[in-house]
Amino acid sequence: MKEELFISGRDIPNIDPFLNIWHWQIPLYLFLGGLAAGIMFFAGLFTIMGKEKEMATTVKWAPFLVPIALVLGLFALFLDLKHEMYFWRLYTTVRMGSPMSWGAWTLMLVTPLSMIWSATYLKEAVPNWNWKFKMIEQTIGFFTKKRREMAWAMMFLAVVLGVYTGILLSAFNARPLWNTSILGPLFLVSGLSTGLATIIWMSKNKTERRIMSQIDIVLIAVELFLIVHLFMGFLSATAVQVEAAELFLGGQFTVTFWVFVVILGLAFPAVLEILELRGFHIPIWIPALLILFGGLVFRFVMVEAGQITRYLY
Amino acid sequence: MRYAMAIDTKKCVGCSDCVVACQTENNVPHGYCRDWIVENVSGAYPIVEIELRSERCNHCENAPCVRCCPTGASHTVEGGIVMVTHDECIGCGACIQSCPYDARYSHPDGYVDKCTFCQHRLEKGQNTACVDVCPTKCLHFGDIEDPYSDVSLALKNRSWKVLAPEAGTKPQLYFLT
Repeated sequence: MKEELFISGRDIPNIDPFLNIWHWQIPLYLFLGGLAAGIMFFAGLFTIMGKEKEMATTVKWAPFLVPIALVLGLFALFLDLKHEMYFWRLYTTVRMGSPMSWGAWTLMLVTPLSMIWSATYLKEAVPNWNWKFKMIEQTIGFFTKKRREMAWAMMFLAVVLGVYTGILLSAFNARPLWNTSILGPLFLVSGLSTGLATIIWMSKNKTERRIMSQIDIVLIAVELFLIVHLFMGFLSATAVQVEAAELFLGGQFTVTFWVFVVILGLAFPAVLEILELRGFHIPIWIPALLILFGGLVFRFVMVEAGQITRYLY
Repeated sequence: MRYAMAIDTKKCVGCSDCVVACQTENNVPHGYCRDWIVENVSGAYPIVEIELRSERCNHCENAPCVRCCPTGASHTVEGGIVMVTHDECIGCGACIQSCPYDARYSHPDGYVDKCTFCQHRLEKGQNTACVDVCPTKCLHFGDIEDPYSDVSLALKNRSWKVLAPEAGTKPQLYFLT
């Protein structure tokens, strides 16, 4: 007779239901961080390529969203803390073993950088803008001359930020769904794709949109490939990881993941973008919105499902 | 010096005295606990087996909670005891996610709390509260590097297991089977 497990586990009503301690704040923060990384990466890339004029939305206007996204994301992260008034402790130490620590430090570099970047373009956005103080004027003037160097830093930090949003989860070996190193690249590519979707949505320039759509299609293909890879890895791993994968292959997250993330968030927008490139008239906001929504759902699903998977009980 | 605990699953009756003793000793807020009883019933009727385990933080040698803590609030002290400094903890929850044993919880005051192996009692040369109170004497505690300590002697002639060794944390709770 097959062995069955009748009862197993523990029951602490005030603790067990609250062990999935991360709620909407963390996925929202991961989404905004990825989005910011995506915009910054392409702003940096096209500045280095010297395409500021042709790719104005990418280089100049979309990056105005980056500090907003980062500040909102950081605020969400702050709301997630249970001992909020001690948050400054993050900045009294550097702990390389803790992704959350180096993530906090990365954000400490990225946020001011993105603000300075936008500040150097503020006069182009608002022609009558007056910095009032000469010192600020001079500082911004100095950074305006250093845009190329800043672009390199932005590209590098965008990759760190994008990968970090995935590593934050993958560093927890107690949660089998998260504990896969492919999460870093997967979150990076997804972040780049959501950044691109935002740029495409904002851009009025046909050529710019065309280039960005082409890049986006490649990124979506890479992302789909990484998702297949993710499940191949799980299904050939240990029992706990097979169980984790089963949450998405018949389990409670199957519909949400495959319908909203893979089909509506990746495959369908890619098809729409291909059709658009072939000359069909498709409102540009449809694929863009689908990609953004898919990216958000993806992070919610991963954070929520990951907290269910475990070794014991 | 390496503190460890052995739990005799054949002697434990699941009375929860260890839980209450810990709550009293450590002022654990009402409804929370740092140690707990797991009742594991396995098999197929009529041949079933029951295992009772008094569980708590495993004070792992390779503690993921210490590694992932962004502020250093979670740290290891002498004897391998994993501790949390309350006013360094920001309550981010990373350590709760990182623990394969779910030994940590969010204290109503905001910081993360867990078993300390009653470090304040060890300093005075006493045993942990749960060990002292156990009516069946199924808990054995001490320095595992000392061959004559209570825990070493308990492990010597018995078969034992640790929980989720595949998580790679080198836990220091040994369950006598």
